[in-house]
Amino acid sequence: MSEGSGRAHAPGGRRESAALRTAGSGPPQDGAARFRTRTRLRRGIGLAFAILCVAATWIGIVALGVLLVDIWHDGGAWLSWDFITSFPSRLAERAGILPALAGSLWVLVLTACVAFPIGVGTAIWLVEYAPDSRWNRIIQTNIANLAGVPSVVYGLLGLAVFVRALALGRSILAGALTLALLILPVIIIAAQEAIRAVPVSIREGAYALGATRWQTVRHQVLPIALPGILTGTILSLSRAIGETAPLIVIGAAAFVPFVPARPSDAFTVLPIQIFNWISRPQAEFHHLAAAGILVLLVVLLGMNAVAILLRNRYAKKL
Amino acid sequence: MPSITAIPPESAVLEARSLSVVYDAEPAIREISLRIPIRRAVAFIGPSGCGKSTLLRCFNRMNDLVPGARITGEVLFRGADLYAPGVDPVEVRRRIGMVFQRPNPFPKSIYDNVAFGPRINGYRGDLRALVERSLRQAALWDEVSDRLDANALTLSGGQQQRLCIARALAVEPEVLLMDEPASALDPVATQKIEDLIYALKRDLTVIIVTHNMQQAARVSDLTAFLYMGELVEYGPTQELFTNPREDRTEAYITGRFG
Repeated sequence: MSEGSGRAHAPGGRRESAALRTAGSGPPQDGAARFRTRTRLRRGIGLAFAILCVAATWIGIVALGVLLVDIWHDGGAWLSWDFITSFPSRLAERAGILPALAGSLWVLVLTACVAFPIGVGTAIWLVEYAPDSRWNRIIQTNIANLAGVPSVVYGLLGLAVFVRALALGRSILAGALTLALLILPVIIIAAQEAIRAVPVSIREGAYALGATRWQTVRHQVLPIALPGILTGTILSLSRAIGETAPLIVIGAAAFVPFVPARPSDAFTVLPIQIFNWISRPQAEFHHLAAAGILVLLVVLLGMNAVAILLRNRYAKKL
Repeated sequence: MPSITAIPPESAVLEARSLSVVYDAEPAIREISLRIPIRRAVAFIGPSGCGKSTLLRCFNRMNDLVPGARITGEVLFRGADLYAPGVDPVEVRRRIGMVFQRPNPFPKSIYDNVAFGPRINGYRGDLRALVERSLRQAALWDEVSDRLDANALTLSGGQQQRLCIARALAVEPEVLLMDEPASALDPVATQKIEDLIYALKRDLTVIIVTHNMQQAARVSDLTAFLYMGELVEYGPTQELFTNPREDRTEAYITGRFG
């Protein structure tokens, strides 16, 4: 009995696998003729795409690696504590990067202090408060466009408004305000996206408990959106710290033999110092430039590390 | 409709009078009038899109938050129009709480979820005691008392929904609106929510939207049947289910449509 049923089952199983193998030919069975499943081909396409993605990743990593090795080769030997704590000089052996490093940190902090609150405030207003009107959409479109305006244009604006009209001179403050304008659109867009990503159900939950709009934003929406907002801010600050053109336009000095002590002081920044060294004919200065680039990279890495730390702290709180 | 006049105005906690809602020129509910008696459970039933959730959201002015929603008519809460000028929806929502279809705990600790409402509403008492009382009222305390600092998202779906109920109860509302509170839950969790509703109506009025007719029959004292934005029939639950006056009600509860 059991043997018989076993035998009866076996041919059925074989027939089924035969149908799978010869899909498309023979009499229609179990819909096999109506589907051209082509599983192999589909898997193949999937594999090819995965390989493409891995290749794309490696192109980026290798290019960056080559760049780093090349710069390290050029400037690694010139990197020293003296280099970081010395002032620029006509003599390459005695030249250092201290004023540019200090200037960059000054500009970075001031830019963040100006751009972060204004950018996040704008994003909150646009997403949470502003009615969905034609006016609002015009503003949105213009912010997106501003993100694509060349940085030199912001330099010209900064020169006209901050340096001349507001008579801030060629100061750290004028530079920071200019860079703040430059990165504002990016911060606004990133913050908007982060705020929009907070589920409506969270907002409704807060409103249903009798929360005001501000209480809902402050206690529920912003904490959830903060990691995304911070990521956008840090990315745009990374861009600001590498900007050269707008600061040259507003007249940041190329040679600063002192450490700026207040926002109204004249200043230079790392990219300008690096550019200055690269444009000299002597090979020694090119090594200095490479060492300067390494310093700039370390500052960038430090910023990103701070960003990750901040993000993890807030993510844990959630 | 006789069933409306059967509830005298003085025993009604909420009353809709010719209430209509239009979403961007699309009518959602039309000319609905009904009274909700105090400390009862009232169920709104009807097929999807019949306007039962819209009606529910009129009672705590949640429709104010929907762009393009226009509300006409009156909603009386203890005799005063909720939509009169000068009425603050924030105050309305503290007194008329709401629980949503999908559990929506804040991504914070269990304690902070319950404490949020009292905090923002300036509660001046023992917050810890209030949190415990609310969690007990929502039949969740025994399951979470040893981990109030745990993230609310670590709870199961049913526990999350009871947390949302506890959160709503913590601001001591007089009415609790529930928008299909068990539709995302399994039968065991649903049972717990239903038991809870039964217990809650000793202290407050519960209005529950559901498209589960057995649920309506089990938990509610009164049932309103809505169809295509209109109130078709409203009356004692048992009467409505055993002896409906309207053909459409009968067709719906016997499963002929919807």
